[in-house]
Amino acid sequence: MNFDLSDEQKMLKGEVARLLAEQAPYKHLRELITAGADWDRSLWLTMAGMGFLGAAIPEAYGGQGLGEVELCVLAEEFGRAVAPIPFFSSICLAAEAIQLAGSEAQKTRWLPALAAGEVVGCFAHNEGRGAAGDRLEATVSQGRVSGVKWPVSDAGVAGLAVVVAKDGGRTVLGLVDLAKADVARSRLTGFDQLRPHYRLEFADAPFEALAEADAEPTLSALYDRAAARIAFEQIGGAEACLWMARDYAMERRTFGRVLASYQAVKHNLANILVYCELARSNAYLAAWTLEGNPGRFPVAAATARISATKAYEIAARENLQTHGGIGYTWDANCHFHYRRARLLALNIGREEIWADRLIDGLLKTEAALAA
Amino acid sequence: MDFNDTPEEAAFRAEARAWLAANAQEYVEPPPQAWTEPQLVAKSRDWLGRKAAAGFATITWSKEIGGRGGTAMEEVIFRQEEAKYTVPHGAFITIGVGMTCPGIRKHGTPEQYQRFAPKTLTGEYIWCQLFSEPGAGSDLAGISTRAVRQGDNWVVNGQKVWNSWAHHADWGILLARTDPSAPKHRGLTFFVVDMKTPGIEARPIVQISGRTDFNQTFLQDVVIPDSCRIGKVGEGWAVAMTILMNERIGAERDGLIVSLVARALANRRGDNTRVLDSTDVRTRLARMYADEQGVKYFGYRLLTSLSRGEPPPPSVALIKLVQANQMQQANGYMMDLDDFGGLFEGPDRPHQDVTLFEYTFGAGLRIAGGADEVLRNQLAERVLGMPQELRVDKDVPFDQIPR
Repeated sequence: MNFDLSDEQKMLKGEVARLLAEQAPYKHLRELITAGADWDRSLWLTMAGMGFLGAAIPEAYGGQGLGEVELCVLAEEFGRAVAPIPFFSSICLAAEAIQLAGSEAQKTRWLPALAAGEVVGCFAHNEGRGAAGDRLEATVSQGRVSGVKWPVSDAGVAGLAVVVAKDGGRTVLGLVDLAKADVARSRLTGFDQLRPHYRLEFADAPFEALAEADAEPTLSALYDRAAARIAFEQIGGAEACLWMARDYAMERRTFGRVLASYQAVKHNLANILVYCELARSNAYLAAWTLEGNPGRFPVAAATARISATKAYEIAARENLQTHGGIGYTWDANCHFHYRRARLLALNIGREEIWADRLIDGLLKTEAALAA
Repeated sequence: MDFNDTPEEAAFRAEARAWLAANAQEYVEPPPQAWTEPQLVAKSRDWLGRKAAAGFATITWSKEIGGRGGTAMEEVIFRQEEAKYTVPHGAFITIGVGMTCPGIRKHGTPEQYQRFAPKTLTGEYIWCQLFSEPGAGSDLAGISTRAVRQGDNWVVNGQKVWNSWAHHADWGILLARTDPSAPKHRGLTFFVVDMKTPGIEARPIVQISGRTDFNQTFLQDVVIPDSCRIGKVGEGWAVAMTILMNERIGAERDGLIVSLVARALANRRGDNTRVLDSTDVRTRLARMYADEQGVKYFGYRLLTSLSRGEPPPPSVALIKLVQANQMQQANGYMMDLDDFGGLFEGPDRPHQDVTLFEYTFGAGLRIAGGADEVLRNQLAERVLGMPQELRVDKDVPFDQIPR
């Protein structure tokens, strides 16, 4: 058994962490928010130049052809740094959808550009309040799509949208080239200030269906994969909170001793450590089953998501709490995670939805539950 | 990452499976009625002896000391395969084989090891632990039981408590104070004691579960020969720490939450909907499943470092912390799923006695072997590097500590 990252994966992790610490410190994130920026384009191009964006894209399509675990390692570091780049939208959703369901021509057309960071992809599924798929009114007719999609992450800088719509009675998944189509984009005022979300209005926009006819199985696979990647992103964020709280508590003195010497503080952080370790263990299983045991992947992905969401939310809240009043200020760094934890808890569906998927998966795969 | 066995591990697994299939037939099914204490003791001795004869009792030990010279992974693989049977394995086996023998090996003489280890491995000697006292639980170094030197012997007086299986044990491992004028950690000495020595009386304690498998043990003028002292006089704390560090890793527990899902699947509401159709039920079960699986695979991560020959990291403390809490929580929820009726055993619920027992046992497990609070301190101090708790009695002579 070897249930750990390989030495190469650990090196990759160290490398990306070092670059992010240099190029995207918290101070820089504050500047981006103040400027109303959509992203940090130069950081994005650095990541592309290092080959990180194409890590899991096959070499034939301009990627590095590394494994799923590498993509997870990257997601973890981006989460730790709250990296201001559209990695999740462009790589984990758009490029992933094309890899799962795209034709040879579509892969050849889009994957190299996505891997190189020249085009950013976004994923347009939700239509207003409620979960993705609760309402699906966007309609495809004769190769054109019409409808309103919101919230859509990172759509402000996207050149490509992967859109979910109805075509007759079927759910379809297809591509809209935003450089060519006239799609109205308006930025939403949202809770996470560092990852902009948009409302997209498609009016007879040219729509190119991804190869597979019925999109539901693709969507389900896409969301499972997204859950595994986000779990790593959440774990990175949760650990950042844990250590930020710990470091602050080791410095801050109160009543003549450091804050970290109080058992109430120690136990609070020990609990967060436990949540982080449980989440990491579940996330490793998800990453491993994705490659090594696909039959178990859906349950493992849902499990990882539930664990990691809990870890990040509690870590983000208690990090701010540990900081006391200073944690409530713009100049402290707690708020980036406090907001991001909420975004990641909801952007692919709330806990109940994943609990449903987990239980349904168990009913399908556990011998003890066979009728 | 690779969960699959290496070829060597797969070969070992096949060997373990074949041996178990040939030797554990009588334990394939759980016994229709729980074994009585004497039955469990007798069966555990026999089962350990059979494993020892086949080289499976102490897989990682070297051959010259009665082991197999195997790897930590082989030990785990055997345990995984063994867990498919309901084999008899009382806690006294772990105390003897898993804790006492390594302690004697590290701190005792070769003669002492030869005297005790072989008979422990064959099941001839079963052991109990005489550590905690009414006045010293989590603060183990605060024990008061006195051992006074008299020629070649020690005379011991005091009272011990929570001594699992002391009323059946052949031998005990004993921590006693030999120098009350030294600070508390430094005045302790470690002994092994024949439980049939005059002056030892083990009185079973009735636990909240109704079971009586642990004791308070009274020691009155108990004479222990100096040849039964393990390690130097005044260095008993180090021996006790070695023994307590031998935590079992990879004792994975799996399937409890799936059995809760099965219950929620089978149960119907008045309107004939399944209990499992409730979003609230699903969410709670999913959270518990995530915790159960998380701790299981955390164990696998520890095994990975173990298989590389690294010592267990201090985060190992979280395993018992999570499992004990989960045992309490999940079994409580198992009752909830049956509502009021969940509090009762009955013909339609043949295993409800296990649920009811484990809900109470979970309360004990949260205290035994490091209370939740002690474990959280350990995680904060050893993993996160936060300051140690204030220890106002640390450097004070024991006999000057207010009691």
